[in-house]
Amino acid sequence: MSMEIEAIKDPGLPAHVHRAADTDPKAAKKAERQVAILFLLSALGTILLISTFFFISEDTFIYLPVLGNTNAYQLFLGLGLAASLFFIGMGAIQWARTLMPDEEVVAERHEFRSPDEDRADFVATVKDRAGQAGLGRRSLIKRSLGLSLGLVGISPLLLLRDLGPLPKDDLTKTSWKAGTRLVTDPGDRPIRPEDLEVGAVAQTLPELASGEKRTLNNIGKDAVLLIRLRPEEFNLDAERLSWTHEGIIAFSKICSHMGCAVALYEQQTKHLLCPCHQSTFDVTRAAKVIFGPAARPLPQLAITIDADGYLVAKAPFTEPVGPSFWERSS
Amino acid sequence: MTARERIAGNVASYVDDRTGAAKWMKKNLTKVFPDHWSFMLGEIALYSFIILLLSGTFLTFWFDPSQREVVYEGGYAPLEGLKMSAAYASTLHISFEVRGGLLMRQIHHWAALIFMAAIVVHLLRVYFTGAFRKPREFNWIIGVGLLTLGIVEGFLGYSLPDDLLSGTGIRIAEAIIQALPLVGSYLAFFAFGGAFPGESFIPRIYTVHVLLLPGIFLALITVHLMLVWYQKHTQYPGPGRTEKNVVGYPLMPVYMAKAGGFFFIVFGITAFLGAVASINPIWLYGPYTPGQISAGSQPDWYMGWLDGLVRMSPPLETHAFGHTISWNILIPGLIVPGILFTGMALYPFIESWVTGDKREHHLLDRPRNAPNRTALGVMSLTFMIVALLNGGNDIIATNFHLTINQIMWFSRIAIFVLPPIAFIVTKRLCLSLQRADRDLVLHGRETGRLLRMPSGEFVEVHEPISPEKAWLLTQHEQNPPLALEEVDSRGVRRPGVIKNKIRARISKANAEAVPKVSVEDLKEIEHH
Ligand code: HEM
Ligand code: FES
Repeated sequence: MSMEIEAIKDPGLPAHVHRAADTDPKAAKKAERQVAILFLLSALGTILLISTFFFISEDTFIYLPVLGNTNAYQLFLGLGLAASLFFIGMGAIQWARTLMPDEEVVAERHEFRSPDEDRADFVATVKDRAGQAGLGRRSLIKRSLGLSLGLVGISPLLLLRDLGPLPKDDLTKTSWKAGTRLVTDPGDRPIRPEDLEVGAVAQTLPELASGEKRTLNNIGKDAVLLIRLRPEEFNLDAERLSWTHEGIIAFSKICSHMGCAVALYEQQTKHLLCPCHQSTFDVTRAAKVIFGPAARPLPQLAITIDADGYLVAKAPFTEPVGPSFWERSS
Repeated sequence: MTARERIAGNVASYVDDRTGAAKWMKKNLTKVFPDHWSFMLGEIALYSFIILLLSGTFLTFWFDPSQREVVYEGGYAPLEGLKMSAAYASTLHISFEVRGGLLMRQIHHWAALIFMAAIVVHLLRVYFTGAFRKPREFNWIIGVGLLTLGIVEGFLGYSLPDDLLSGTGIRIAEAIIQALPLVGSYLAFFAFGGAFPGESFIPRIYTVHVLLLPGIFLALITVHLMLVWYQKHTQYPGPGRTEKNVVGYPLMPVYMAKAGGFFFIVFGITAFLGAVASINPIWLYGPYTPGQISAGSQPDWYMGWLDGLVRMSPPLETHAFGHTISWNILIPGLIVPGILFTGMALYPFIESWVTGDKREHHLLDRPRNAPNRTALGVMSLTFMIVALLNGGNDIIATNFHLTINQIMWFSRIAIFVLPPIAFIVTKRLCLSLQRADRDLVLHGRETGRLLRMPSGEFVEVHEPISPEKAWLLTQHEQNPPLALEEVDSRGVRRPGVIKNKIRARISKANAEAVPKVSVEDLKEIEHH
């Protein structure tokens, strides 16, 4: 800071201006009444809450502008609670503002740094005591302590081992096998190609063997979308084309980005859209990503029909479904 | 002495007899707190936390944190007979059968939103006024910790009811864990007790949500407040306010009444919102199943910016040597937020390194007088706002008849272009505000009255400003940039030349200012 420039002077704290209630007993009385009214409003709020509890039935609905059809019980219970709390607060603050002393006071600050002497003393003590422990001199102790502390740190990792099983092939395998029927979700009905019109979409799952139960874990990997186009609309290589059946193509419904259900199908453009981050997949080109953060197409399931004319998987998925993970090889 | 005062006196003596705390209590009961509306932001955060504790405890009495499958037989007809988790069924039970249950759920959720909003705005106040400077760096770091934990706690909270929306959020969290190189799939299996979704995750996050994190919050908030108490509050500059004093109201009774009253006001407003403003109507979403999704899935706002970053990320994945790295998840989901939050936590140290200022500061800065800091803050905010807007790109698209494609590309470009522009514009703006301050002190306030000079021309009458105002506009320090010599006194080149060059550069940009008015300037003006 260059000191040649003279700064403007601090005029100091402005003089205190008295409020009406400080000097005029009438104004003070009025302020007192205002505070009391606020506290009474709070009491009224609690009375509203109590009356609601006893006199309004829980399934009373009333129509209100803006709010629409509203449950009167929850509404008045809430308004009563709100008023009872809010006006206690308003009362207290009004009290503080009008009747409690409003003169600003000045307090001094102290510097946090201790005086040099104390500080030197403190530092010396720390050094001295650390020396008494002799950690610096006894390197054997130091090393062995370091080793044992380091090892102790490992034990929680082991103790937490049973949080879950190892992934094994769980992330790569689904329930689909060659010959598994596709069944509707919900409904669990097998599907014939003629059940799907051109342009239609169906959400399907693998058929359960009798006695098997479907868990959310299964659905999270097995959900498959069927979409029917006109066969000439496909733009696929020969292999992928052979995975379709009469214009019906099947994809994993679990987004290859972060696993949301890819639920929106736009018939006009033949795009599948994931509502989570808007990754968009082109159905005619084997669910190639045409927009959004997903980096891989949705895995395609090869399908055909069985002897009874129902749609079945021709083979399991050839790659893991769902979001990427380190061990994934493609 | 009235009877009441005598009782108060007796209580005080009783306490002192048993604790010897007389001196300490007296000092603290008369402790002075400066008054300013912006100092209430932290209070709002504190009070909403208390409201969260109270309303959350209420919810625990009926909430069943279990993913066991049940068939719904409650009072909400549209879901009758559906299979769902016990967690979802019990949240329906709280909403429809527990008296005041829906109210409490809504109060809890509104309090969470207010809590997070108050923390963020409080943090901005602290940042833009420079309140984080020495000796308050610890509290700044604790604050960044509270913000981070708040985001996690809120996410875990709205994941608990296990509705279609919250399950989708958990799905995305699982994908982030799974994307970690090397350990990802193992960590995911440990966290979920097996494959997604399993039946372990909600019971586990329940313990974290109602016990572990609230405990850590309580500890951090306590330390935070003890430090505020001990270090005394900062104050805005003004006549009579210096680095060496605090000007304000004593704790007892004024501040106690105001703060206590304010708690009730915050609680009252939260209850009002809970009463009239529906939030998270989980019965409309249905129970979670991985094969379904509700369109327009949106997280709470404090997660929205993360979602926005994920949405705008380009589709980058590396496949090599039989392994996959998902940059499209790691960069927006972990790396960028990690850098932002670390940078934020370290900011006080970065600034003091740049300015070389190691002194204590108790007087706040007016944001315009720290143009670089203010510009950096607005720049970061701009980044966050672009990300947040992109998190709602589907909603914006439907409301403004744009395509998602347009918004996505706008965001991808804007996230790089707008923040630097915001920096430059803000810095300019600060400097021109400084110039306006200077003019005001030198020439006074424009009155709007016109005066006709003898020569016939009109001039506007200027009125000098009060000495208080003049002081406010000139009280700040203007320090020259650091002088970092490249060679030391013996002519030897110092180590770290490049580091020093960078430091000198930033320091120079940092010191850029419109010179404040001095007494000489005023005298000179008088001569004319
Ligand atoms: C900083 C603190 C907290 C935040 C940000 C927070 C946030 C949330 C949120 C957003 C929800 C979802 C509510 C809904 O819409 O259904 C929730 C649910 C829940 N919270 Fe908290 N919470 C906090 C502290 C607590 C505490 C301290 C407790 C208990 C002692 C608690 C107990 C619960 C319970 C039982 C639920 C599930 C019940 C339900 O959703 O109806 N929370 N929390
Ligand atoms: S999960 Fe489908 S786009 Fe992200």
